[in-house]
Amino acid sequence: MTTARFWRDNATRYNLIATKCGNCGKVTFPPRNVCPVCHRKSMGKMEKIHLSGHGEVYSFSVVYDAPLAFEMQKPYVIAIIKMAEGVMLTAQIIDCECCEVAIGMKVKATLRKIGEEGPGGVIHYGYKFVPA
Amino acid sequence: MREVAIVGIGITKFGETWEMSFREIGIQAGLMAMQDAKLTAEDIDALYVGNMSAGRYIEQEHIAALIADYSGLARDHIPATRVEAAGASGGLAVRQAYMAVASGMHDIIVVGGAEKMTDVGDAASNAIQSSAADQQWESVFGATSPSLHAMIARRHMFQYGTTREQIAQVAVKNHRHGALNPNAQFQKEIDLKTVLRSGMVADPLGVFDCAPISDGAAAVILCPMDMARKYTDAPIRILASAQASDTLALHSRSDICTFEATKFAAMNAYRQAGIASKDVQIAEVHDDFTISEILAIEDLGFFEKGQGGKATEDGQTAIGGSIAINTSGGLKARGDPLGATGVAQIVELVQQLRGQAGKRQVGGAKYALAQNVGGTGATAVVHILGVQ
Ligand SMILES: [Zn+2]
Repeated sequence: MTTARFWRDNATRYNLIATKCGNCGKVTFPPRNVCPVCHRKSMGKMEKIHLSGHGEVYSFSVVYDAPLAFEMQKPYVIAIIKMAEGVMLTAQIIDCECCEVAIGMKVKATLRKIGEEGPGGVIHYGYKFVPA
Repeated sequence: MREVAIVGIGITKFGETWEMSFREIGIQAGLMAMQDAKLTAEDIDALYVGNMSAGRYIEQEHIAALIADYSGLARDHIPATRVEAAGASGGLAVRQAYMAVASGMHDIIVVGGAEKMTDVGDAASNAIQSSAADQQWESVFGATSPSLHAMIARRHMFQYGTTREQIAQVAVKNHRHGALNPNAQFQKEIDLKTVLRSGMVADPLGVFDCAPISDGAAAVILCPMDMARKYTDAPIRILASAQASDTLALHSRSDICTFEATKFAAMNAYRQAGIASKDVQIAEVHDDFTISEILAIEDLGFFEKGQGGKATEDGQTAIGGSIAINTSGGLKARGDPLGATGVAQIVELVQQLRGQAGKRQVGGAKYALAQNVGGTGATAVVHILGVQ
């Protein structure tokens, strides 16, 4: 992914910024301008919030067949995490053995290198999760 | 709205066809369909082409005009349109053509679907296929198309008690069907052990849970029903054409074990056709991964949610079972040249309804359904076909 395309979402990736609908209270991540439930009623009422970083594993996989950018990391655990605020996101789980990961496991977010562009290229940072 | 018929079909053998270029396979399928309908170039009013990623696979965009040109249609200046919705590109091209004929805008349309995937390496192909997912919020963290489907599989096992063996039986059954299809990429039966012991791609899914990388093309000819007898003695009617969308990212859904887009498209399609799911005897569903077929047969209403694995294990979805699913071998065994797949599904159903499916023929079917999916269910296209 090009640097600019990645950089634009850095604030959200570093700080887990989500939006909360001022009309119905639904939390969305990444931030959205319009609530998928309330549509027009939510316009101008989408409030930025920080996710706590705590969540649990909703589902996961261990990736053996990885794209080039992740070749050095394989095998790695990719998971859908259900955050304490109810919203879900996709991230890697690290600092534990693949076999320890299970649905329902409590995890917390940490800032790590998530990839780099080409050999010796720009390093991207973002969230990964560790056992809580 | 006019009633629409399919009056011609064509399909290439799927697989690694290194000796043939993208334009050659596209034209081969198109010409076969035109011959089948006894059409000449002057009869054609428009061309639609389903294709996911020629730009990245062969570095060629603008492929609808290219196919029209090399099919000898350049001097007729017909409108030629490419349609893209990841793995659902082919089904969506059929739907665009259907709407154009139904509306009265065009009479005779050639719909092609084509993809040439083997000109790039496996890692590159993996990345291109995974671009159907959300690049900014899924792929960037290392999620791939197989691993997203693996997460669906694990959750389905957790929620419904579906077993790893039941999921693997989809591949066993589809390879058995593929062995009866002379155009299939794999025409060899496999046993359960082979699937379970195949190299891991994304746990719990192995190599034999994933559709292969394929080259291939398919084409169908559409025209108004009241003109159909001019071209064929056995026109097949399109009884319904429906399409639905959902969130691009899998994690944005409240439940990943159901593709709501499939359910919505199917509900609309059954209503258009005036039939229920139990009336369907044959279906081609989007088994890009084994788990996808289990979701499909549940979301289309053939089996209760959570029962798809057991139904597969019990042989209910095989030829001779209560509903024949993927008689062609499906994406798993026939092959999955992305843009061609949705059109190839229609070709198979037409062959079945005409009684031209050879050793894999299902007897006496009146209604047949095709379900074509893009990504992890952000696009779903459902067609229902019937004998006239
Ligand atoms: Zn709202």
